Amino acid sequence: MSTIHLTLPLDEKTVRSLRAGDAVTLSGAIYTGRDAAHKRLIELIDRGEPLPIPLEGETIYYVGPAPASPGHAVGSAGPTTSYRMDPYTPKLLARGLRGMIGKGLRGPGVVDAMKQYGAVYFGAVGGAAALIARSIQESTVIAYPDLGAEAIHRFVINEFPAIVVIDSLGNNLYETGPKLYKEAGL
Amino acid sequence: MRSIQAAQITQAVADLFLECSYCIGDDVRQAIDDAIKTEPSPIGRNTLQQISDNYTIAANERVAICQDTGMSVVFAEVGQDLHIENGDFEEAIQQGVREAYLQGYLRKSIVAEPLFERKNTKDNTPAIIHTRIVPGDRLKLLAVAKGFGSENMSALKMLVPADGIEGVKRFILETVENAGPNPCPPIVIGVGIGGTFEKAAIMAKQGTALPLDHSNADPRYKQLEDDLLREVNALGVGPGGTGGRTTALKVHILYAPTHIAGLPVAVNICCHAARHASQVL
Repeated sequence: MSTIHLTLPLDEKTVRSLRAGDAVTLSGAIYTGRDAAHKRLIELIDRGEPLPIPLEGETIYYVGPAPASPGHAVGSAGPTTSYRMDPYTPKLLARGLRGMIGKGLRGPGVVDAMKQYGAVYFGAVGGAAALIARSIQESTVIAYPDLGAEAIHRFVINEFPAIVVIDSLGNNLYETGPKLYKEAGL
Repeated sequence: MRSIQAAQITQAVADLFLECSYCIGDDVRQAIDDAIKTEPSPIGRNTLQQISDNYTIAANERVAICQDTGMSVVFAEVGQDLHIENGDFEEAIQQGVREAYLQGYLRKSIVAEPLFERKNTKDNTPAIIHTRIVPGDRLKLLAVAKGFGSENMSALKMLVPADGIEGVKRFILETVENAGPNPCPPIVIGVGIGGTFEKAAIMAKQGTALPLDHSNADPRYKQLEDDLLREVNALGVGPGGTGGRTTALKVHILYAPTHIAGLPVAVNICCHAARHASQVL
């Protein structure tokens, strides 16, 4: 497999050139966010108030890292299951969010918004959390420190390994991949 | 009458959760390394390689295999001739969990109440404790760190006797296929058949924490385990859910007597980070 090396933030042209199944590495800055942080971001948007993080061209990583042990920038930090963020995601995509990193299925509302606005969903290997943490060089809490592991962190990453799972045309590796390997008759 | 100190239980529980959070069992590592050689999907092989490399990094650096260090579940078998001194048995277990998660850089993932406030307890307690009183004067502890990506994909159904073997198989296969990539395949599948509603679920949980080379002692259930593993892997879900033939590493079935009107089936899914460790005191 050849690997595409991407630098963040992402522009629309780059995002629209990516295809489901592409192996990529990501380098640059990303923001973390899980259920609780997403809920707060959407509440701000609904009230018309400013957000604590930029969205235009940015990438959100669905992760709640383990605490960092001495000598590490961050503790183990693999992806969490993405569908829990689905109710919030279209509003973030409408405001310029270009990339999401997680694992697992996304709903049709998210995929439609990805096609409309030009966004990409990267899958990281669930459970490969110590390996992934090696690509995270800096971690800073940007918002909601009261949420602990669920606070919004800014990560500086270098060659973070991922796969394009859903592209901006709506191609979905979670649908096409298993079809290739499913035995006939099942 | 043999005696042990409650503090010994605390120490053992802390050690078990640290050990299983950092070091995957040899059986799981071997199964992943074997699958790298047989998995037909190139993306799947790459995923399996990352999983294997991750086990090595976590063990060498003494860091968590997965950032979701789970909800702590302890199965305790207490010998009826054992006396526990200087402390409360359950609190000794909770203190062990507390020490492991606070001192071991493990994530604290437990909220005190599930619906209204969801406030984090900040020390990963309380653990779920299942206790049995058994003959003898020993204490056997099994610590299970259960991640919720896979827990959320688990299911229980009260089938009826007419559903039979085919109904049981259909429910298990549907549960795994619907879960797709979410529970971090390759998975270990614990199945509890029979008993009551809650008994089936507990058996399924126990199934996720058995060694991969263990099979049901009843040859009919062993055959069912083997058939289900083959059929699950034929679904095509694959490593990470991106397609392939390594969807599950093992299906473990436990069964129990049940009511004439019932056929409860519980399917507890565990991710490839199948973290459990045991000790006898």
